[in-house]
Amino acid sequence: MADFETPKFREYPTVPLIKQDEMAGNGPFISRAEFDTDLGYPGELPDDWKEKTLDKMGDLLGRYRSLQVFMDSCIKCGACTDKCHYFIGTNDPKNMPVARQDLMRKVYRRYFTFAGKYFPKLVGAVDLTEDVLDEWYNYYHQCSECRRCSVFCPMGIDTAEVTMAAREILANVGKAQKYSNQIIQKVYKIGNNLGLPGPALEGILEDLEEEMEDDCGVPVKFNMDKVGCDALLMTPSADFFAEPHIDGLIGYGKVLHELGITWTVSSKASEAANFGLFIGSYDNIQKVSMRIREAAIDLKVKRIIFGECGHAWRVAYSFLNTLAGPFDFLDQNYPIPQHILEVTYGALQDGKLRMNKAENDHLTMTFHDSCNVARASRMGDQPGGQFDIPRAVIQASCNNYVDMDADTIKDATFCCGGGGGLLTDDLMELRVKGALPRMEALKQVTEESGVTNIAAICAICKSQFTKTLPYYGFEMDAIMSVHQLVSEAIVMKGSEQEKELDGVDEEEAESED
Amino acid sequence: MSAFYALLFTVAFLVLVIGLTKKIIQYSRVPAPLKIPVTPAPLSKGGVAVRLAKEAILFAALFRSNKWTWLFGWMFHMSLFIVLLNHLRFFIKDVPLPLVLLQNVGEYAAFTMFIGLAGLLIRRLFVARVKYISAPSDYLWLILLMVIALTGIVMRFVSHTDIVAVKEFSLGLLRLNWQALPTDFPLMVHLFLVAVLMILLPFSKLLHIPGLFFAPTRNQVDNPREERHIAPWAAELDAEKNKVQPK
Ligand code: HEM
Ligand code: HEM
Ligand code: SF4
Ligand code: SF4
Repeated sequence: MADFETPKFREYPTVPLIKQDEMAGNGPFISRAEFDTDLGYPGELPDDWKEKTLDKMGDLLGRYRSLQVFMDSCIKCGACTDKCHYFIGTNDPKNMPVARQDLMRKVYRRYFTFAGKYFPKLVGAVDLTEDVLDEWYNYYHQCSECRRCSVFCPMGIDTAEVTMAAREILANVGKAQKYSNQIIQKVYKIGNNLGLPGPALEGILEDLEEEMEDDCGVPVKFNMDKVGCDALLMTPSADFFAEPHIDGLIGYGKVLHELGITWTVSSKASEAANFGLFIGSYDNIQKVSMRIREAAIDLKVKRIIFGECGHAWRVAYSFLNTLAGPFDFLDQNYPIPQHILEVTYGALQDGKLRMNKAENDHLTMTFHDSCNVARASRMGDQPGGQFDIPRAVIQASCNNYVDMDADTIKDATFCCGGGGGLLTDDLMELRVKGALPRMEALKQVTEESGVTNIAAICAICKSQFTKTLPYYGFEMDAIMSVHQLVSEAIVMKGSEQEKELDGVDEEEAESED
Repeated sequence: MSAFYALLFTVAFLVLVIGLTKKIIQYSRVPAPLKIPVTPAPLSKGGVAVRLAKEAILFAALFRSNKWTWLFGWMFHMSLFIVLLNHLRFFIKDVPLPLVLLQNVGEYAAFTMFIGLAGLLIRRLFVARVKYISAPSDYLWLILLMVIALTGIVMRFVSHTDIVAVKEFSLGLLRLNWQALPTDFPLMVHLFLVAVLMILLPFSKLLHIPGLFFAPTRNQVDNPREERHIAPWAAELDAEKNKVQPK
């Protein structure tokens, strides 16, 4: 399967030399017409593709200030050139953020600017050909829309915005990506990315309840479609069965149970993820978001809580109120929407959760900031809460915690390599190579500080790590959910764990009999 | 000759002002439909002003990004700023005291400007990644600015020009009362290239000047949970959505 070499760890993280066309190719599988038409795209290259492309580009330039300004304002300073994990991992110069933007900017200049219309050579403008579109398709599917480049750009240019626009344009001329479009179609038809139907989901949740009862002796509930709960839980569908995701779900269940917050998932909206973001389609982001509004109304909940998922939290935090709000029918005393980590952190602050950190003493943890949480959202009421809150929760659950190198965490975090709609097997080479900078930083803390495991709060990161860790010589289960740690450490009232810990209670209980 | 330059500058001025205004109007008219500040982002408008000021004055992101580019780039821009302030004396009849004092401090800004530009040019020529992304125009901008700086230096330190006459000329431009211009070679080159710069600015990457302030990634307040943010073109979708209400 692997017909490529895993990149070697670099002795010194120097800036790589460029290797032309290292990742030239056809890109991921093109979508099938049936997926596209459901999403409102033509599904094949129309005869007048050139006009259509330029029309759509003009349309987006008129709709998105970001795109219009970014097309003009790049000063070609080169500051971003060594910031992208895909460039670092592949050395292909077209994976330098500015070069990626230039694929579109060259066409923009040719057709939309005075300089490019009359002096194309001077400003590096090119004609739009089908080859150009194919190159777009390939390289705009080598960007995980992680925004790392924008942190370092003096003009604040966010390549992710350009990538999203490019994908939207491509989809309009029949060159959409199969993975993302198929998933969105499943969300519309079945309710979640994985195509897990309601009854199957219900079965899984029932099993979890039984397991909880056996393990802890406490009736932790995992409801589906139950009307009148306090909260609607929106969580990525991978949480329902993938490892280590499901251990996180168990963690949310325990925390919410302990706090007495009743909650349910919705079979209609059994998916927090919103791949509309990845394909850059406002209409689809909105349509996917609307399921949440509808579910909240149908199930008559008072609040909406999101599980661990990076881009889902971006869409939830940054867009949900705009796209599917106002949520005036929900309880205004809670943030709308709220992240499960905000719930857990708040409860820890208030001393409402009892934690036995010793349960995690065999672990030394580090934390991977997921790009969409780190650079496109917030938690809590202070800027940077998205960094501090997960760390605080980990440290409340585990005694041993070490951060990775400062240049690779918080808002400078490296993407896991699988975000932005690239978490598909047909992009395995890219995913492995793109993981290099994160793996190097992890390697460093394992060697210097004895770190054993890495925690994340994103379903995509977790899946990507499970696949790529082994390529770099780590165990695949080194990746953990943050609420998995919580789940291990939490001591619920009346649980077996509590009895074990307080020993006496058990005896007392017996003697009282 | 004087008439040609007078005309050239009138045209250049109009192109610059109209071109830039049109771009700024365009940037402010195109909606920013979703909240996309790069976080951590400020929670208030005041915070955003501080964030933008740090970028515009200190090049904060560039500093984090690459110390050499920052050094040369910042040196160039700050020197340019001082040079331009110094040039105000050509356009103000009675030069105010602070500007007169700046003359001494700013004496050598031309040199640091030149060094900064030279550093950026060397980087562009010799760092493979930067060379890869450079179009001919990217080099030409640096060279153009270097020649402007060089001719300025020549006028100031080597073969002086009649700056009183230059002042008459530029004040004349402002008053639409054209005056004769000294015709020494460095000045001719200096002014010609300055006019070229003014004319090309609204059609080039020098649009980074307004662009910086219009980047939604930097100029938005981080408050999407508190406030909705509907673009005019999304209003219809939004109205459609409002039909879904609790019964
Ligand atoms: C608000 C004012 C301005 C700000 C905040 C600003 C900021 C920047 C920044 C951050 C860079 C990238 C780093 C670098 O290469 O220096 C840059 C590059 C550049 N700026 Fe400006 N700038 C401003 C005004 C101007 C003006 C008035 C000019 C020219 C007349 C100018 C000409 C250039 C050029 C030519 C470059 C490219 C340098 C290269 O090729 O590497 N800038 N600017
Ligand atoms: C209408 C516009 C301009 C006029 C009339 C003008 C004229 C002059 C004159 C007469 C000098 C010689 C000063 C002296 O001998 O003391 C000079 C110097 C200089 N000019 Fe300009 N100039 C103009 C615009 C510019 C611009 C836009 C730049 C930069 C991009 C520039 C950069 C310089 C530099 C670096 C010097 C040398 C140092 C100094 O005197 O500050 N000039 N200019
Ligand atoms: S958004 Fe991320 S993946 Fe895309 S170009 Fe920038 S750094 Fe690379
Ligand atoms: S850092 Fe920004 S301005 Fe500089 S080359 Fe990259 S995208 Fe362009």
